[in-house]
Amino acid sequence: MRKMTYAQGIKEGMRIKMLENPDVFIFGEDVGQFGGCFGVTAGMYDEFGEKRIRDTPISEGAIIGAAVGSAAAGLRPIAELMFIDFTTVGMDQLVNQAAKMRYMFGGKITLPMVVRLPAGAGVRAAAQHSQSLEAWLTHVPGLKVVYPSSPQDAIGMMMTAIDDDNPVMFIEHKVLYGLTGEVEDEVKPIPFGKANIKKEGNDVTIVTYGKQVYDALKAAETLAKDDIDVEVIDLRSLYPLDKETVFKSIEKTHKVVLVSEETKRGAFTGELAAMIAEECFFECDAPITRVGALNCPIPFSPVLEDYVIPGEKEIVEAVKSLF
Amino acid sequence: MKISNDLVVGMYQKMLKIRKFETKAMNLFAEGKIPGFVHLYLGEEAVATGACANLNDDDYITSTHRGHGHIIAKGGDLKYMMAELFGKETGYCKGKGGSMHIADATKGILGANGIVGAGHNIAVGAGLAAQYRGSQQVCVCFFGDGSTNQSTFHEGLNLASIWKLPVVFVCENNGYGISLSQEKHQNITDISMRAVSYNIPGVTVDGNDVFAVYEAVNEAVSRARKGQGPTLIECKTYRHRGHFEGDPTTYRSTEEVEQWKKKDPIPRIEKYMVDNKVLRDDEIKALHDEIEKQVEEATKFALDSKDPDVASAVEDVYTDIVEEAR
Repeated sequence: MRKMTYAQGIKEGMRIKMLENPDVFIFGEDVGQFGGCFGVTAGMYDEFGEKRIRDTPISEGAIIGAAVGSAAAGLRPIAELMFIDFTTVGMDQLVNQAAKMRYMFGGKITLPMVVRLPAGAGVRAAAQHSQSLEAWLTHVPGLKVVYPSSPQDAIGMMMTAIDDDNPVMFIEHKVLYGLTGEVEDEVKPIPFGKANIKKEGNDVTIVTYGKQVYDALKAAETLAKDDIDVEVIDLRSLYPLDKETVFKSIEKTHKVVLVSEETKRGAFTGELAAMIAEECFFECDAPITRVGALNCPIPFSPVLEDYVIPGEKEIVEAVKSLF
Repeated sequence: MKISNDLVVGMYQKMLKIRKFETKAMNLFAEGKIPGFVHLYLGEEAVATGACANLNDDDYITSTHRGHGHIIAKGGDLKYMMAELFGKETGYCKGKGGSMHIADATKGILGANGIVGAGHNIAVGAGLAAQYRGSQQVCVCFFGDGSTNQSTFHEGLNLASIWKLPVVFVCENNGYGISLSQEKHQNITDISMRAVSYNIPGVTVDGNDVFAVYEAVNEAVSRARKGQGPTLIECKTYRHRGHFEGDPTTYRSTEEVEQWKKKDPIPRIEKYMVDNKVLRDDEIKALHDEIEKQVEEATKFALDSKDPDVASAVEDVYTDIVEEAR
């Protein structure tokens, strides 16, 4: 075992695949000598050179579009958007091009591209640099959407993302970049659509992903003091989705709390709730409950931001409300 | 520039193929046989033909909503095209794309596109792939005057220029962005002047003169293959029909349409061939008959083809996931 940060894990996944396959290359804003806004690609410019680690102008439409075109032409691009909030500027290329090209062309083309999307609040970056927009992406058929929570998952899921022949939206929580974790010496790709049970428990299931995995684990410790035995599931991949692990857990605990950092209205957790209601309703003996951010933009003031986004406290309250 | 007789005849055949295919599509649409929207390329045949005559099979193109001409010029098969217009399972896209999304990756055709301006950046990506592999391939990006007001035009040309990508930007300036005339949608007359902003060559040519288009694109392709970067070529042309079939075209006068029909690219190349003894009238007539027959065969192929199985609707979304059927 060795230790590395979440950011280093993402980099390690990319490095492994770049050493293996010359068709894999990276481009985005300031990813070159500068090493990326969050330092994820630090050192890669020196290792791989400017052909494979390319700085682009501030031009999100061109970044995603160039990924679509170069993937359609047979390469395996990794495009970095500095913040997931900037997908708005390149949304046509994601939604109308990347997601639909294979389908519109009758399955006669593949688009092996990864778009890296730093997301989430907690770094005092205010309304345009703090959003959790995964629901926009999971809504669009043709995109895969994944969200690793640990350095180990970051490596393995990045390897899988690069090998995937479909457009993969690789969401990274900014607060996790500095998080250190243990990583196996021999890393393997982690298949999409396999959730990870982070903590087993019998009384209630918390389904979450990304940074909230850690908030949920802390909440589970607190709740243990009240004799509530929590199971915490890290979805890891939002689409494809591991329904089986979620349903199996609910069949055991009969209670479920869905947690994300998204603005609650229209959140991906709403989709999860609907899915559970449709397919697993009779296993639930309490309301399907959601925890999310308040329905306002993410504010700047630390006091306001901490109030708006959910954390351990909100999760504990939601769980307790079921007992 | 000397253009061989073989090339002249080859280009003429392509233009005629486009003209007859589009005329047939127009009639079939009027008869209510083709569903959806159809945007015809009638009148603009010289642009796609003159440009694609410079390309190899493995060169790329990106196209537009008005894409039939580009696909034919790049070597698309009339049968699979017509079947796609009918939404049949034998169509290029198995009936999932229709007129606005015909593609054939085996011919480097990265698709017609229903979003105005979406092709610029995709073309940049294809050019990037060619440069990355050192393959000498080029990408021709076709787009209309309307799309040059989209941010993608600027983003695409800027990135192509700084990375010196092998992309030839071919603007089909037909004078209208849907119903809005050029003078109402931009404050310039010659779109090629925008090349200055990217420090790349920009030229305007008569888009109804297939030789002029061929020569301009020839030079641009040769620059691109040598690693000298992109070129912006504006081809002034005109669509004989409305933006889409069914468009009442109240925004332009009959006189204007008639003026442009006098510059119709097809009689022009026919006159050139007869004057220069490339083909005789009877040979031209024979080609008309031959291509007419091909279009009729394509139409029969489409009509005889089956509708897609409804369960196929959930296939081809991903390479490895089949979505749930109803």
